[in-house]
Amino acid sequence: MDDMKEIIDEFLVECYESLDQLDSDFVILEENPQDPDRLASIFRTVHTIKGASGFLAFPKLEKVAHVGENLLVPLRDGKLRLNGEMASSLLGMVDAIRSIVTNIEELGNEGSDSYDPLLVELERLLNEDAAQSVESSTDESDSVIAESSTEEDSDKTEEVESAENADSKEEASVEAENTQSQEEPETTDAETEAAVADAPVPEVASEEKAAPANAEAGNSSKSGKSISDSTIRIDVSLLDKLMNLVGELVLSRNQVLQYGEISNEPGFLAASQRLNHITSELQEGVMKTRMQPIRIAWNKLPRVVRDLSSSCGKSVEVVMEGADTELDKTILEAIKAPLTHIVRNSVDHGIESAEARKENGKSPVGTLKLRAFHEGGQVNIEISDDGGGIDPNRIRDKAVSKGLLTDSQAGKLDDRELVNLILLPGFSTAEKVTNVSGRGVGMDVVKTNIEGIGGSLDIQSEVGFGTTLRIKIPLTLAIVPALIVTSGDNQFAIPQVNLLELVRLSGDRIKEIEFIHDVPVYRLRGKLLPLVYLDEQLELRPARERDKFDETASIVVLQAEGKSFGLVVESVIDTQEIVVKPLGQHLKSIPTYAGATIMGDGQVALILDAVGLAQKGEFLNKCREPVIANSNQHDESLDTISQSLLIVESHENLRSAIRLSTVARLEECESTDIEESQQGKVMQYRGDIMPLIPLDMGYGSDASGQTNIVVYTKNGRNVGIVVGKIVDIVTTTESRIHDENRLIIQDRITEVIDLEQLVRQHHPELFNAENVEETQYV
Amino acid sequence: MSDQIKNEAAKSKDASEGKSSYCTFRVNDLLFGIEVSNVQEVIRHQPTTCVPLSSNLIGGLMNLRGQIVTALDLRNRFGFPPSDGESNHMNVVVRSSDGPISLLVDSIGDVAEVDDFDFESSPETLSDEIDELLDGVVKLDNELLLIINTENVIQIPETDSV
Repeated sequence: MDDMKEIIDEFLVECYESLDQLDSDFVILEENPQDPDRLASIFRTVHTIKGASGFLAFPKLEKVAHVGENLLVPLRDGKLRLNGEMASSLLGMVDAIRSIVTNIEELGNEGSDSYDPLLVELERLLNEDAAQSVESSTDESDSVIAESSTEEDSDKTEEVESAENADSKEEASVEAENTQSQEEPETTDAETEAAVADAPVPEVASEEKAAPANAEAGNSSKSGKSISDSTIRIDVSLLDKLMNLVGELVLSRNQVLQYGEISNEPGFLAASQRLNHITSELQEGVMKTRMQPIRIAWNKLPRVVRDLSSSCGKSVEVVMEGADTELDKTILEAIKAPLTHIVRNSVDHGIESAEARKENGKSPVGTLKLRAFHEGGQVNIEISDDGGGIDPNRIRDKAVSKGLLTDSQAGKLDDRELVNLILLPGFSTAEKVTNVSGRGVGMDVVKTNIEGIGGSLDIQSEVGFGTTLRIKIPLTLAIVPALIVTSGDNQFAIPQVNLLELVRLSGDRIKEIEFIHDVPVYRLRGKLLPLVYLDEQLELRPARERDKFDETASIVVLQAEGKSFGLVVESVIDTQEIVVKPLGQHLKSIPTYAGATIMGDGQVALILDAVGLAQKGEFLNKCREPVIANSNQHDESLDTISQSLLIVESHENLRSAIRLSTVARLEECESTDIEESQQGKVMQYRGDIMPLIPLDMGYGSDASGQTNIVVYTKNGRNVGIVVGKIVDIVTTTESRIHDENRLIIQDRITEVIDLEQLVRQHHPELFNAENVEETQYV
Repeated sequence: MSDQIKNEAAKSKDASEGKSSYCTFRVNDLLFGIEVSNVQEVIRHQPTTCVPLSSNLIGGLMNLRGQIVTALDLRNRFGFPPSDGESNHMNVVVRSSDGPISLLVDSIGDVAEVDDFDFESSPETLSDEIDELLDGVVKLDNELLLIINTENVIQIPETDSV
């Protein structure tokens, strides 16, 4: 019963909107009686009402709308010309619909009024005019109007009385008439003029305006507010403006509260407390106005799935969980298209045909599950199917055959990484191009779209059991949690989406920042983390010289496009919810900033963009998608390839260089960690025994008592090369190296060591049968 | 202040056709004017946040009642030397298609109502860069009022923007 009531309520709201639409359409139509767009719009609106009323079993309403629609068809098709008489009758129809709708709302039924005269009139007009030619003379129709208008009048009065019994009606209608007459456009058309002058038209207006007027006055003789009054449509830009103002109010509140702390005036304290509470509530309320349940984006998906699955000969059931999860309207709009694309993909590629499913012992009906939930200030959306899953081997073959990566590179990727390859541009695994998907565009666009709103996309798949796509998006674009940092005198905000962790170095630990040539790095749990200084990136000061340290440093570990890097800032203040505001045209082109925000003290702070910073730091491009970047090096001319070389020093202070691309890791160990075995020195490494090779003859440690090891990995086996000291990393071009494998680096002759050959000499068993090709290059 | 300007603007509409009203201000001791209808408001010195990596024409960002407004340094825009010492810039906030933009000026003058008769286009000897920023010159009794072309002034040349 409640469900039905909900549906009818929705229908009523829609009807009122449609009726207002009709009214305005008719008004415009009077200016241009033959406007085909307007006629078509009226027809559609009436048609919609008819359809819905038939569905909801309101026979009277359906009948009225149906007859009106009949007359509108030839008008829309241009077979009939609209004349004053028709306009009046159609407006009569609009009034009839309105009065029935009012009855449904107030009484729960269509009411006892009879609309037969109107119906007869409409039908007469249709039959009569259908017989006539399109060009009916003006004089003639004028006279008909005069006749019919009296009829209309009586009709109207009856309806008005039945629908309206409020005291304020007369007052309101006078007002309404006034506004109506002001709104009436001047027209030269004799036909429409007649219609305008006709009594029914203003009265129609009076009726519609009276209802809201009553509600406003809080007139208790009615059963409360009209349904159409309980919801309104608001321009989102107005909400944005309110949001801005509330943000500003919050700032003012904060300032007032600060004064409250130093004031002893009880009255002021009480007032500021109240201001505090009201502001918080107001802020919450305004935020809520922009939130909408994700259901709105999901609603059309079952239909998409139904159409698609029937056209592919599959049967798919859609299950939704957490459809009430709310998120900001702008985000909702932004994910609609990607969602549809993903769902289409799942049905087209993911779920198998009914026969295939039966063979695999699954229910013939596939399930597509949509799930949404809040987690850690973000909205998670999962789209999972119980289809065939994504075969990582097929992805690998495809990627290799498309030249996206080489065999050996593909071999290094694990299954999850392989599956996520489908997010690369130009990747499509569909065997054939269907009209739905398989054109090789798509998933990368989906990924871009989602990342564009600060979200992330991840795919998990199990062959034979299905695929799950997980989208994480922020709750709202407007307000995000952010870390406030300082550099120089400036405050900056870093969105926490990009934030991984914070490392603070002070005292002696500051020396843990090491320099590879001029590039600072930090060993974060044994892995090298490239560092950039924020003030240097922003050109607030010249680059620091090596070994000249600040007193303290805070490293903000950020993530950009799957790679992490450390941003060194002067200090970290705290975390805050910030309101993101876009930058003006002059500053939009600077990639380092994602926007600006207003801090508690009213000052403006810039929001840093992690990706933009990484690009500015220029290491993102270098280390980004390392697999794919390396693959190109085989093809390009040697001159243009820059090579990073790891410079090491032997125990006899001889310098050697090792191509960084062949180095898996750098490790340090105590000299006591090195053990003897029959094959030579070994050490325990990651739960395995790693053989060690000395670069020269020693296994000794450096000045600090640590032994430095360069780890080389081949076919899943590690080999450690013991070096005296790790000096630096430099970048040079391939052509320079080729001069007898020697070159001058930092004024010293340095020999380039081929790590692979070195390992091969000691452990040839690692290189059985494979990768002859590769050695030619390295 | 802004109300006053609006009133003046309204007045100028009523006045005879041959008159225009300009909001005047000084930059590097020169008198400039912007048509009042282009001016949203005039406000006192506001703290600005500098934007590293941006063009030197950008004076910073300021908070205008919750709206973040880019401030342009008119001294740099016209190629004048930076003001000596800690001068407090005044803000002339002008309307643009991209929202309000603040122009940092040295001091604010009156709203000048001038005869269109006194208006003259700027002399050809002016360099192109400066000429582009001006609509023309109004010959006041004791000095010249340089009329700013708001649209061009707030356009920052591409090469300077990063």
